[in-house]
Amino acid sequence: MDFTFNQDQMAFRDSLASMLADAVSSESIRARWQTQSGFNRDTWQQLAEMGITGMLVPVAVGGMQMDEVDFVMLAEECGRVALPEPLVDIAQVSTRMLAELVQANPAFAEQGNALLAQLADGSALVIAGHMINPYQNFASEADYFLLPHGEEVHLLSRDQVSLTAHKSLDPSRRLARIEWTPAAETRIVDGQQGALLWRAALNRGALGAAAQMLGLAQAMLAQTVQYSCDREQFGKAIGSNQAVKHLLADCAVRIEFARPVVYRAAYTTSVEPQRADCAVSHAKTAAASAALLCARHCTQVHGAMGYTWECDLHIWAKRSWALDKNWGDEGFHKNRIHEWLLNPRALFGAEYTFGASNTAFDLGLESGKPEEVCA
Amino acid sequence: MELVYTAEQNAFRAEVREWLAQHIPAEPLASFDTSEGFEQHREWEKTLAKGNWGMVTWPKAYGGRGCNLIEWLIFEEEYYRAEAPLRVNQNGIFLLGPTLMEYGSDEQKARFISKMASGEEIWAQGWSEPGAGSDMAAIRSTAVRDGDEYVINGQKVWSTRAVFADWVFCIFRTDPESSRHRGLSFVFVPLDAEGVTVRPIEQLNGLPGFAEIFFDNVRVPAFNRLGEEGEGWKIAMSTAGFERGLMLRSPARFQQSAKRLVELYRQKRQDILDSSIEDSVVRCYMDAEAYALSTYQTASRLMAGGSIGAESSCNKIFWSELDLHIYSTAMSLLGARAEIIPEQGAADDELGSWLDGFLFAQSGPIYAGTNEIQRNIIAERMLEMPRG
Repeated sequence: MDFTFNQDQMAFRDSLASMLADAVSSESIRARWQTQSGFNRDTWQQLAEMGITGMLVPVAVGGMQMDEVDFVMLAEECGRVALPEPLVDIAQVSTRMLAELVQANPAFAEQGNALLAQLADGSALVIAGHMINPYQNFASEADYFLLPHGEEVHLLSRDQVSLTAHKSLDPSRRLARIEWTPAAETRIVDGQQGALLWRAALNRGALGAAAQMLGLAQAMLAQTVQYSCDREQFGKAIGSNQAVKHLLADCAVRIEFARPVVYRAAYTTSVEPQRADCAVSHAKTAAASAALLCARHCTQVHGAMGYTWECDLHIWAKRSWALDKNWGDEGFHKNRIHEWLLNPRALFGAEYTFGASNTAFDLGLESGKPEEVCA
Repeated sequence: MELVYTAEQNAFRAEVREWLAQHIPAEPLASFDTSEGFEQHREWEKTLAKGNWGMVTWPKAYGGRGCNLIEWLIFEEEYYRAEAPLRVNQNGIFLLGPTLMEYGSDEQKARFISKMASGEEIWAQGWSEPGAGSDMAAIRSTAVRDGDEYVINGQKVWSTRAVFADWVFCIFRTDPESSRHRGLSFVFVPLDAEGVTVRPIEQLNGLPGFAEIFFDNVRVPAFNRLGEEGEGWKIAMSTAGFERGLMLRSPARFQQSAKRLVELYRQKRQDILDSSIEDSVVRCYMDAEAYALSTYQTASRLMAGGSIGAESSCNKIFWSELDLHIYSTAMSLLGARAEIIPEQGAADDELGSWLDGFLFAQSGPIYAGTNEIQRNIIAERMLEMPRG
């Protein structure tokens, strides 16, 4: 039992953080807002050169073949700087799904591996358009789409789909609805195989959103602590007032108890993505709750400034409000846990925190066989 | 990251489970806030000590097992799973014990630890005073040095377990010229000493769970002082760290309550009209698990050489609010029956355990430093916001 990250994982996190600190600022985010695409190709290329777009891509096709535990703190850093580019969805969802499609359908291997290599080197964008997300972020920048028809998985190129753009409350997001016509030639796997793939994709997408919200929450809190030290009223820093301290302390508590939940979900997703439903739903709910509380309290502590376009805080707050509803909203995720709590075969109790197969012993004291756990 | 128990850890769990199954009293014990229940719980402490299960994290030399923090968590999980009796000596073994090992002389360790471990001596805590609650540095009770002794005068209040306990560990002002957190010392007093008067205070459940203690020229040997004279504040803060941090409230306690809550919810949900109950049950379950995950993460970090800091104040807020949420939700599920105190020994005793827990949960945000004080600590020490 070891709940720590290793030195390599922390070093990777640090090097991404330092790259992002140079490449992504509130100025450069606001500059993206002025452009049609909203997408900074230079930043994307830098991320590809660092190996991050291909972090979860198999080594054989130019990736680093790492896993969700290696990636989770990087996703958190993307949230911390409110990175507009869809790195987390591409690097964690699209790559895994393509690799799984290659496994599931040998006829797709050549094309799939070529796409994986292009994802890794940053030359192509493939978006996994899961049915839970009616609008796809940066669809207009994508070269290919993995799309569901029922539970079948189809691959379409940009010229095979038609996009209708929608503005997001978060000016960093570029949403579109995708219209397309399924055909036998576009289908990669059937519904039976697709169901598992979509389920894993949802868990990876929700995990990525959770990790980003964890980063967003911490960034909002840090900015607001600083503001509360700088801003003076009644002749003293507003942060010396208990009423202000307690708002921000509550944010800190919410973050502290979301972090290990998100990290555990990363672990479970990496080990067994199809059985990570409860762990991921818990992570999404806990991280969203932290990010939403920070958005609320941090706006409050900024006073009227917090309600302006000029103040940077809304870059993070709006991303939080958007990601909260992305990859399944609170109702969806709480419902997955609720369903499990009502499952008569569900096993609870402290000894099953890390799953029943983990507590691999049977003293013959159990009346029933441990079968269902919230993995 | 490897969130899997080792074979040794699973074997340890099996050993704990088996021992508890064989030794837990068949009949539930009376409350340890009654004289009969107190003695029953003392017997249970002795039983635990005989099996070396009293304080698994303590070194073997003191009757422990030298367990690491993960093993401690496993022990606690099995302990609450088995619904074993509450620990009447928790002030001693979880708070004073580790403090004694850090600050005590060899002679003090020899004198106090083994009797604490064996259940022979049960400890109360004596910190708060009528004028020193959240503002603990306002302590006024004095211990004045007279030769090899201290002469103690003053009053302590809200001393948990003091009605039936044998000893109390206190903080007194040993330097009468001093103010605030300087000039305080950490001193042990036997509760049967001449000049000590203990006045029980009934808690919300009507039982004397804590007491006022009056000291009228009470003489104790200077040997009873822990650490140097004037070091009382520093030592108390390290004890408070244990209290708010890992040791006082292990996650298994809340996971067991959450598990019982889910069972109650499964039975009652068809009869419940309040649509917010579903959300409450899901959140209680998630928060209990989040507290467990956080504790495992902290334990792993400490075992890898890290330290625990102001984030322990986050723990205290989180578990005390979680406990309130669990028991409030249970009361909602019980509806109009929630207020009924069951007859002693009646079959319907489940009602009583929820009500007891509900009343006790009211104290969580208050004891061990109120949650308002914890929020100040988080803001000032963890977030580094300006002091007021």
